Amino acid sequence: MDQRVVSRHALTTVALAVLPLAFIGLFFVFPVVTILLRGFAPNGVLDLAAPLQVLARPETLGVAWFTLWQAVLSTLLTLCVGLPGAYLLARFNFPGRRVLNALILVPFVLPTVVVGAAFLALIGPRGPLGLRLDHTIWAILLAHVFYNSAVVVRVVGGLWAQLDPRTEEAARILGASRWGAFRQVTWPLLRPAVLSAASIVFLFTFTSFGVILILGGPGYATIEVAVYRAAAVLLDLPAAATLALLQLCFLAVSLVVYARLQQRAALSQRLVAARVAARPPRGRAEWAFVGVTLALLALVLGLPLATLVERALAGPQGYGLDNFTSLFGQSARGALFVPPIDAIRNSLVFAGGATAICLPLGLLAAAVIAYRRGVLASGFDALLMLPLGTSAVIIGFGFLVSVGQLPIDLRTSPLLIPIAHALVALPFVVRACVPLMRSIDRRLRDAAAVLGASPGRTWRLVDLPIVGRAALIGASFAFAVSLGEFGATLFIVRPEAPTMPIAIFRLLSQPGTLAFGQAMAMATVLMLVTAIAALAFDRLRTTSVGGA
Amino acid sequence: MNRPILLTLAALAAVVVIVVAALSGIGTTPNPDAAGTPSPTPTTPPPPTELRLLTHDSFAVTTPEILGVFESQNNAKVNILRAGDAGSMVNQAILTKDNPLADVLFGVDNTFLSRALDANIFEPYHAAGVDAVPAALRLDARERVTPIDYGDVCINYDKAAYGDANPPPQSLADLTQPAYRSQLVVEDPGTSSPGLAFMLATIARFGETGDYTWLDYWRDLRANDVTIVSGWNEAYESSFSGGSGAGDKPLVVSYATSPVAEVYYASPQPAESPTGVVTDGCFRQVEFAGVLAGTKQPELAKKFVDYMLTTVFQSDIPLNMFVFPAVPTAPVPQLFTDHAAQVPEPVTMSPEQIGANRERWINEWSAATH
Repeated sequence: MDQRVVSRHALTTVALAVLPLAFIGLFFVFPVVTILLRGFAPNGVLDLAAPLQVLARPETLGVAWFTLWQAVLSTLLTLCVGLPGAYLLARFNFPGRRVLNALILVPFVLPTVVVGAAFLALIGPRGPLGLRLDHTIWAILLAHVFYNSAVVVRVVGGLWAQLDPRTEEAARILGASRWGAFRQVTWPLLRPAVLSAASIVFLFTFTSFGVILILGGPGYATIEVAVYRAAAVLLDLPAAATLALLQLCFLAVSLVVYARLQQRAALSQRLVAARVAARPPRGRAEWAFVGVTLALLALVLGLPLATLVERALAGPQGYGLDNFTSLFGQSARGALFVPPIDAIRNSLVFAGGATAICLPLGLLAAAVIAYRRGVLASGFDALLMLPLGTSAVIIGFGFLVSVGQLPIDLRTSPLLIPIAHALVALPFVVRACVPLMRSIDRRLRDAAAVLGASPGRTWRLVDLPIVGRAALIGASFAFAVSLGEFGATLFIVRPEAPTMPIAIFRLLSQPGTLAFGQAMAMATVLMLVTAIAALAFDRLRTTSVGGA
Repeated sequence: MNRPILLTLAALAAVVVIVVAALSGIGTTPNPDAAGTPSPTPTTPPPPTELRLLTHDSFAVTTPEILGVFESQNNAKVNILRAGDAGSMVNQAILTKDNPLADVLFGVDNTFLSRALDANIFEPYHAAGVDAVPAALRLDARERVTPIDYGDVCINYDKAAYGDANPPPQSLADLTQPAYRSQLVVEDPGTSSPGLAFMLATIARFGETGDYTWLDYWRDLRANDVTIVSGWNEAYESSFSGGSGAGDKPLVVSYATSPVAEVYYASPQPAESPTGVVTDGCFRQVEFAGVLAGTKQPELAKKFVDYMLTTVFQSDIPLNMFVFPAVPTAPVPQLFTDHAAQVPEPVTMSPEQIGANRERWINEWSAATH
């Protein structure tokens, strides 16, 4: 490679990275650094006495240890449910597959208050199963699996659906066992996507907040919960900053481990259209697999969702649509400041905005990470992941103390909501896109270059069709993250434009059967909107780029 | 750099600009359904002045009527900014005191008041109408905040679980009796506002010194198998057996006004609430409004505080926020007076005492209950 080509490569990388970097810098690094500095140097002078005292507390160690092990265990359990689910949806055609594929995304968007209520109805006092698990670690783990299975199914399934099944079939013909063919052929190709998904699940569960408070009760605390208590309840900024930094350190280490594993795992391969790879199940073993996996998904994901719908339909005079009609009638009085229909519209507009901000930035960032290997690229990747692993209170309070210094005061702007959502959704878009982009066969790109195509043209002809699919998976996640986002939104000063999760939260904080029923009805509407959006994204994926 | 990438970047920038433009419309445009706003007069009036109200998630009034009255009287546009729960809101106001987010704040209560006052976030103001408010609610002698409403945190009980043979508890002391074993659910004072209020009630009642301290009381509650959950939702909706609760505990820490909501938010509305209130050992929470220091609209902000003490606003409070108006002469809806429990002797504590000891008490509480 001559000097000119190298410098052009570097220029392209910089051009690709500049927008995502500016976004993260302005809306994540700047606010978080500002608030941490306030905590560590309250009077402009670095004061380490208070942070050291916080670290020396025995409960800090306990909280850190609990945070770590519950996250590891939650991630492993989520993989146990998500991987069979991913295989099922990637490889088999069966009636209802498309709907199931859309429904998988639904748990992901539900606010923790709603999931908490559903789980407590299911495994709390008076649960229909006769199984009391509330205030135990099992409730926390089950809720984490419920929330995060979609990440594994979608991120891993997205790649799995496009692995050429003939490779594995060839191995089988050559005498490999089913398991051997998987281990030798499919697993190495799949590993980047599995790692990608696992890293997100780990971050999500590491920073778990609502699930811990509601289902674990006061006996359990993650670092995130401790940060919340310090910042939002006690306004003890030195303690909050110390704990937030501790959380960030843990995450930095886990991201380095991730980068190491990912570096070894990347392989390029030939991808095929999803509909080529999927076929109806054949033989008893395959049908058994389909049946068992469907039963598992129904138990872990379907049962809590069904409980919500059941509570939404239940009324004092038996089952009916009363809660729904009252939601859209006049009786939703004081508890909601706006008609419920407005909350739905607000949610859709914010989700559209967050997707529009997030998708271009995510694609640019994914291109940098996928095509430029090395320390800088993985550092960039880690930086993008950090917002997911940073306490929502810290980001929210950070916005307040930093963004006010900018020439345009964004602190109370409605724009801040989709920006915050985009910050949370960005890692999902990147993680959905990078494995697909990396897997693009380099020889195809080289061939195009040899035949005289410019890098831009090569990208358009070779990469774009695959990137298009990745983008749609990413977009569906960004949209879903924004629809359900609740934690970060809660710590931003919000203008009066409540989203569906906020409306549910407000309805739930009133006594009265009607308010509760309305909250559950609104949650059901949120589920429906999500499922419809997911179906629409899937349809786009198969019609526009699926055949490429 | 080659052209396709430049073009892509340009297209992306365009998309971002369009989205920004579309979003900046949200929240700033007046609600088209706002029937209460006056129709435009032939001569174009000066554009309304914006008044920013920082408040918590539980703030509610009958809109657009109630805010519309103020807006048309003062040619103002009230923009509501929500900042989480009361504690989170106060903290955000303190963090931004050099460059305030809003002009007026509503919703700081007596448990967070001393923190807000110590941080000097308010401008003193003697509101018109505050003289009608009972002295017991006017907790700041320098009038940096104005009391707007109050409510009592009390034990609620499931009427179906008790009868003549097994009456509901009458006092805080009863809760440690074997008759009420495994029946009570309370909230963690570290994460819940009613939880904190209930803990403060026990401190005020049993004291920190003597033969039987508040911590002894909590150890007895623990021995009597009290259930502790993180927040009001988990306590009331999921653990409590009465009303809309789906749990199995007939006693819960909630509000003296929760029975009102049980009737109001039911379809059809019952003649009597399925829940009752133990009126002993209730902690009184007072909510205040204040003009934020550094506001660019001090006069309009003061007018809004005045407005919150008018009969129009005060009478609107009960069925929206389920608390009592601070002005005792303001008419209260019949449904509210019928079902809200009157607490003859609420427990109180000075905001300074709460502010100085909150963290220590929460830590001691944790040690005694775990």
